[in-house]
Amino acid sequence: MNQNKAAGFRRFHDLEASWIFIIPSFVLLALFVLPLVALILRSANPHFVQDAFSEQALQALTLSLVTSSITVVIAAAFGTPLAYVLSRWRSKHRAWLEILLDLPIVLPPSVAGLALLLAFGRNGLLGSQLELAGLHLPFTSAAVVLAQTFVAAPLFVRSARVGFSHVDREVVEAARVEGANLWQLFIEIMVPLAGRALISGAMITWMRALGEFGATILFAGNLQGVTQTIPMAIYLGFESNLGVAMVLSVMLIMISVFVLAVTKRLENNTY
Amino acid sequence: MLLIGCTGIETPFVESEPSPNSPSGLAVSTPQTQTLTVFAATSLTEAFSELGAKFQTANPSVTVRFNFAGSQTLQAQIEGGAPADLFASANQANMDALVSAGLVDPKAPRILLTNKLILVVPQSNPAQVASLNDLARPGLKLVLADETVPAGKYARQILDNASNDPTYGKEFASTVLANIVSNETDVKQVVAKVQLGEADAGIVYVSDSIAAPDLKTVSIPPDLNVTAKYYIAPVSGSKNTEFAKNFVEYVLSEEGQAVLQKWGFSPIQ
Repeated sequence: MNQNKAAGFRRFHDLEASWIFIIPSFVLLALFVLPLVALILRSANPHFVQDAFSEQALQALTLSLVTSSITVVIAAAFGTPLAYVLSRWRSKHRAWLEILLDLPIVLPPSVAGLALLLAFGRNGLLGSQLELAGLHLPFTSAAVVLAQTFVAAPLFVRSARVGFSHVDREVVEAARVEGANLWQLFIEIMVPLAGRALISGAMITWMRALGEFGATILFAGNLQGVTQTIPMAIYLGFESNLGVAMVLSVMLIMISVFVLAVTKRLENNTY
Repeated sequence: MLLIGCTGIETPFVESEPSPNSPSGLAVSTPQTQTLTVFAATSLTEAFSELGAKFQTANPSVTVRFNFAGSQTLQAQIEGGAPADLFASANQANMDALVSAGLVDPKAPRILLTNKLILVVPQSNPAQVASLNDLARPGLKLVLADETVPAGKYARQILDNASNDPTYGKEFASTVLANIVSNETDVKQVVAKVQLGEADAGIVYVSDSIAAPDLKTVSIPPDLNVTAKYYIAPVSGSKNTEFAKNFVEYVLSEEGQAVLQKWGFSPIQ
């Protein structure tokens, strides 16, 4: 008799207590889901295909995909060695270097854009030397890549660094004992074992580069076909051609969902 | 998704200096103070900030809060339900759009001022621009406001006017437009790019050249220049109709117009 009462009491409390978790979760989920659903519903209009193949949309899409891909290649080519050095470097100054590398991630993109302009602009710190060499950066597609690299590459370095540091110490020791030099250690042990971290890092870098706006519009400017990326076309399209803005937004959402799903699978397989 | 959201576009709310009677100096709405929210075209930044401060001194119970952006951005925001009491547009089209949308009373818009356009170049004038004609020079880096921005529309209109003039030739507009390296989202961005020396030239309002005295100016022939008409009107659904009306009367008054002219705007007629 008492047991039944106790069980009933506990069940009542469980039911009551679970609402404390369910309601706040629901509220936050609604905040995320509703805007996305609204966007997808509004964009499902008769003009969707026409807008999707409009010149502005196609040029923005091409430019974004090409520049962000180049950004990922640069991030991987230069970021992997950097992450490797960071993971092997035993020094108390390492923390400062890590802070410096994490800075572009937290910096507001407009700050990044301004800094790039002041460094590489025509009258910038390095700019005047570049001008002499015949290299004009602002307002070019190269500037778009540079802006994206500045804000997105640190994400790759972070992921790679974590991946390298998770490689089992004993495996590294064993390889050293076997007489592997630094290069062999890197190519045959570290990269394969940290492979998943490198790939998921590359994907996150790609997504960040695709979504980059503030630094790009300040440093590279806005010119359709040359520097107008998807986020810029959305921002300007919002005022002149809502259809194109919505189509591009939906495309970006679909790409994001895909990449995040793939990244999730990779992460789940690693740990 | 977090990462995609990391784009730093803000439309800054500019607070005028708090009135001397406001207790803590913070611009919050207490029973003693009301907030008047004015959405105004970017080119009005300096002039309206000064007018707002003067209005506040004269009316201690009001705090004037500004949102400066391209008129097309403001129109989109108001259509999206942004809480504005007044809208000051750099052209008629954006104001008319709000009238059509039922957000502004058709009888309400009044001409605020007129503004003319001018060519600006960096202090050092790296491209040696001396006249409007020089804009057609190959390789020149020209920055204009986007064609959706009033300043951008007016600039393109000037180029079209020039194309109709035999001295410039029919190809003038297209040649100049081919020199554009960037279409900015508002006219102050054009000013900034020229100030930084990134652009060889830009077309902005006369008022912008007054607000940025470090820029060299090259005048546009008067017969080709356009007169930009700015409009101001209260936004429907605003709760501060009394103060909104007073502010409109103030900027249209002699004192208000004098301040506007100080900043390079031209009188209404």
